Amino acid sequence: MLTDRRPRLAQLAGWALIAVAAAAIAFIPLPGVNTTPRHVTIRVEAAKFAFAPSELSVNSGDTVTLELVSTDVVHGLYVDQYDLGVEADPGQTSRLTFVADKPGSFRIRCNVACGQYHPFMIGRLTVGTPIAFWRAAGLALLAMAAIILGAVRPAREAPAT
Amino acid sequence: MKPRSIVLSTRGMSLLKKRGWQVALTTVMLAGLVFTAVAGWIGTPIGSRNFAIAFVWIGWFAALIIFLIPFIGRGWCSICPIPTVGDWVQRGNVLNPQGSRPRGLGLRVPAIFRNMWTQNAAFALLALFSAAILTSPRVTSVTLASMVFLAIGLSLVFERRAFCRYVCPMGGFVGLYSQVAPIELRVTSLERCAACQTKACYNGSANGYGCPWGVFPASLTRNNFCGLCLECLRTCPNKNITLRTRPFAADLAMPSTRPDEAFKSLIMLGSAMVYAAVLLGPWSAFKNAAFSIGSLAWITYAGVFLMLVLGLLPGSLWLVGRLSQRFTPGVEGTRTNPSARAQSPFAVFATPLVPLGLAFWVAFSLTFFLTNGSYVLSSISDPLGLGWNLIGTAGVTWQPMLAGAIAPLQTAILVGGFIWAARVARRVTTQVRLPSTPLIGFLFLPTVAMLWLLI
Repeated sequence: MLTDRRPRLAQLAGWALIAVAAAAIAFIPLPGVNTTPRHVTIRVEAAKFAFAPSELSVNSGDTVTLELVSTDVVHGLYVDQYDLGVEADPGQTSRLTFVADKPGSFRIRCNVACGQYHPFMIGRLTVGTPIAFWRAAGLALLAMAAIILGAVRPAREAPAT
Repeated sequence: MKPRSIVLSTRGMSLLKKRGWQVALTTVMLAGLVFTAVAGWIGTPIGSRNFAIAFVWIGWFAALIIFLIPFIGRGWCSICPIPTVGDWVQRGNVLNPQGSRPRGLGLRVPAIFRNMWTQNAAFALLALFSAAILTSPRVTSVTLASMVFLAIGLSLVFERRAFCRYVCPMGGFVGLYSQVAPIELRVTSLERCAACQTKACYNGSANGYGCPWGVFPASLTRNNFCGLCLECLRTCPNKNITLRTRPFAADLAMPSTRPDEAFKSLIMLGSAMVYAAVLLGPWSAFKNAAFSIGSLAWITYAGVFLMLVLGLLPGSLWLVGRLSQRFTPGVEGTRTNPSARAQSPFAVFATPLVPLGLAFWVAFSLTFFLTNGSYVLSSISDPLGLGWNLIGTAGVTWQPMLAGAIAPLQTAILVGGFIWAARVARRVTTQVRLPSTPLIGFLFLPTVAMLWLLI
């Protein structure tokens, strides 16, 4: 009886180990890099249909001022997840100041319909280390290891028709 | 899970066999298609405010990828308006097959075209011009109208639905990914089919048309080429055809050996990655190259795209297959098994790309929809950009939905898709007696690339 249960217990233990590892990769907070918060000012030029620079990087905790300058038509700048936006008329400078207190990688996008390719006028703001990607890649790596080591069964047989 | 009929009652089956509901639904879809094309042509040129762009590329496409294909496979094809007029013209009839006066030449599609290569080329061509198609209402309008007229033209020259089966760029990937759907149309008894004298499911009868997709239902083992038009349900004199549920991705347990299907999987996988980079990424040079159609930058972009989907990805997969054979004792030994060298596992190894590619497209479409979905609301109220406010949502301003949930959702979808694909990889490699590790490693690389592009 005990012998019959061993493979089942081993399988359960394997699954428990994978679940604990997955939870650790997904949720355990990492030690942050201690940096003194700064006040960072970044000038962003907007023209059909791109921001320049299109990739911005600040430290977590920094106070950030984005100076948006439009060089052709009215453009906007919206920061995903911070839910903050600003608009700039041609030739005018508009400012958006906020504390970058959410670490991660966020899309910045034009929020004023500025022409044909408007929905794809996108840039990126990185606050601290973009840990979400590394956590996701770690989960994929864990899944690969589990499958290769045989902890996950292959897809089932086709049903008889 | 044993497959079982989802049409349990005789009454339900009778309802499904009636043609009226399907014609009515298809006609409504056709009216919607005509309206969409008109809105694209005469409406506002601002893509995100135009009904054609907002409804087709933000609303419909997301619904197709996220819900319709994974759950009802080719269900969309059963009411798709694009081949409808061609069907009517070819059959000389709208509703009743008994009064049909078939028109057109009724030729068979030449054997050289009876595969997915034309669909592969059509999708790759659309993908190269996708920046314009996705953003210019008039280009969307012309694209939709061209597909309708091409379907009509092919219906007049060839028998059945040549456009749907061999040309439609959307139908190609809908068919590919419909293999994962938990629904299938199959015969219940092969013996009864073998004994059937009329083969009305293929040849047609007074009750319905011969299979528009040119499929003999008894030969159906996968969903790819069954358009769920339900004609065989109507024509079968033996009540031998049923629509039933099944486990997800049951078709993938019998891997395809066709290179055209393998290339379809690779083109779809590569396209999802390119779209994620160009349309959702921050790289302005890449975007500008894709947008400036006809320029040197665009030609370079087109070259890189084609190299990726027709060269790098297929070449890598082929190499993985050959290396797997090379290092597997008893498979590659030319002295002991000379024919083994000639049999590349390329097409079989592409099977796991079906769930992986679908996950890529779901993750991409979900992001696109959640970010731009509010445009659909405003364009529905004012579809022609004439200042209307039909349902009171014309003034809805752009606002992304569930912004904080997008990254976790993408992670779950992509990692889940990878796990699904790796399980399929283990199964198909077992069938061809090759190790699964190289193929799973191959699947891991584009998964991480897509995670990097989207998150």
